[in-house]
Amino acid sequence: MTTITTPRNRGDRPKAGRVLTYLLVIAIALAIAVPVAWVLLASLKQKGEFYGSPWTLPEGLHLQNYIDAFVTARMGQYFFTSVLVTLLGLVFVLAVSVPAAYVIARYEFRGRAFIEVALLAGLFVNVNYIVVPIFLMLVGWDRALVDVLPGGFFIDNPGVLSLVYAATSIPFSIYLLTAYFRSIPTSYEEAAALDGASRFQIMTRVMLPIARPAVVTVILFNFLAYWNDFIIALTLLPGEGKTLQVGLLNLMTAQKAAADYGRLYAGMVIVIVPVLILYALIQRRLIEGMSSGGVKG
Amino acid sequence: MATTTSTPPSDISAPARPARRSARRRGDGRFVLACLLPALVLFVLFMVVPTVNVFRMSFYTWSGFSPDMRFVGFDNFTRLFEDAQFVRAFQNTVALLVVVTVVTMGMGLFLAAIMTRQRLRGRNFYRFVLYVPNVLSVVVIAAIFSAIYDQQNGLLNGTLRLLSLDGLQQVWLGNQEIVLWSVAIAMVWQSLGYYMVLYMSSMASIPEELYEASGLDGASPTRQFFSITLPLIWQNLRTTLTFFVMSAVNLSFVLVRAMTGGGPDGSSEVLLSYMYKQAYTNSSYGYGMAIGVVIFAFSFLVSLLVSRATRREPLQF
Repeated sequence: MTTITTPRNRGDRPKAGRVLTYLLVIAIALAIAVPVAWVLLASLKQKGEFYGSPWTLPEGLHLQNYIDAFVTARMGQYFFTSVLVTLLGLVFVLAVSVPAAYVIARYEFRGRAFIEVALLAGLFVNVNYIVVPIFLMLVGWDRALVDVLPGGFFIDNPGVLSLVYAATSIPFSIYLLTAYFRSIPTSYEEAAALDGASRFQIMTRVMLPIARPAVVTVILFNFLAYWNDFIIALTLLPGEGKTLQVGLLNLMTAQKAAADYGRLYAGMVIVIVPVLILYALIQRRLIEGMSSGGVKG
Repeated sequence: MATTTSTPPSDISAPARPARRSARRRGDGRFVLACLLPALVLFVLFMVVPTVNVFRMSFYTWSGFSPDMRFVGFDNFTRLFEDAQFVRAFQNTVALLVVVTVVTMGMGLFLAAIMTRQRLRGRNFYRFVLYVPNVLSVVVIAAIFSAIYDQQNGLLNGTLRLLSLDGLQQVWLGNQEIVLWSVAIAMVWQSLGYYMVLYMSSMASIPEELYEASGLDGASPTRQFFSITLPLIWQNLRTTLTFFVMSAVNLSFVLVRAMTGGGPDGSSEVLLSYMYKQAYTNSSYGYGMAIGVVIFAFSFLVSLLVSRATRREPLQF
């Protein structure tokens, strides 16, 4: 039936409408692609080329912009900080969320319902609301420890920043992982227990490999969240050791004062390209994870 | 599978049936605690305590750093309503919420419908492109739009000059009248693809027969959209709408923070950015937290209202 009706339906549709649809979709795709591509191209232009028409192609490969961005504007150093903070954050969040999600999914214990509700409520608390109290709390800790650590410990510490990242994504990660663990039949664990595996071994050797798709989804979404964040990084790393996003924000401010476009665009490319490459590689997984894992703002 | 249960259990370490919810093994409690504790400690320390602090501190005046902290009851809240800048930030937030929600949801639904129903060639490619803004950081998006809106050499004004439409040139981020629209466009640009992809995947699960049958009965694509597609993805639409309110409140803040800093002269200030300004720059920490409480209450209330107003009997296919 389908083979007969579908082509007929399509033939019936007025041609003009279909062309119009194509034009609309293409126009919207262009509205997204053109600015991104334009930034990529503009990052290769020399200073003089920024005046006049914005649609001219760069005259040559002016790579000096990149050297300026990497070295003078320290984007190279910031890049390293971002990688470090993101990786550490992922390690922390997995290390605490996987075991917690597993026991919530599989063990009966007092207060489980309460913990689940509390974590669910945590999904609704956005980090942006609570950055200020977190910052003041860390400042307070530093002040309390001023005799032991005069230089301060909690502020300007990439490790603490990644811990905060991990903490704020715990509700989402546990929510996703718990749901997945619950969908796995218990027979695997029963078999492993019969073979004499310990609880810890069952969790890490049996359940974790089965839950890999959920773990990958958690990694992907948290990677994007950590890598792209700038509000928390801006607040908790006020000193020299910035992340890439904060570095880019500084380049934006500097550009407004000095009209140094080349360096700004090169900095943008440095921030965009790793994410675009990752996205191109895992887009199927990301989009599937998004539709299966529920909504995340 | 029945064969595995009939084999004798290796009963040295495992009496009865292990790993079942009903039968608790000795030492379960310690294992549960060890697994749960790290996550709970982090969660309480960096989420529960700060959240409670937002509410608690809204009843105090405190500069944030001095030891001088005074309980003032609801004073911070009554002051808010006389604060013209706060009222403006509130209006801006509501305006952005309404405009961006309507445009993003409407366009997202429409695009998703035509992409799934009309089987456009290369739709996976379009989906790929439209989703790109969602993986970019807000700083990058702010930088891109600053480049587009740049007064002298921006993409927009440069193109207008090229087309000899100099009269249409604007100071897109410097004009109090239009700056909010400029921000709204950037917000739609960022979130459109995300919602389109979300709706595409829920529309893809609607059985093809429904469309075929109604097509034979002479229903137009428009009619099909309103009578089949929309009712069947309603639950999904509701959920996204509820979440959209919260994420839009946030997005407006991060974007404003990176792109305009609330300016010119507070004309693009939104609630969260005003809270930051008060809490940091102005050192009225308690006052800032009162704004935080209002945002909490506001977005909760809006989500609740949206969820109430859109309640329908769930339909199955």
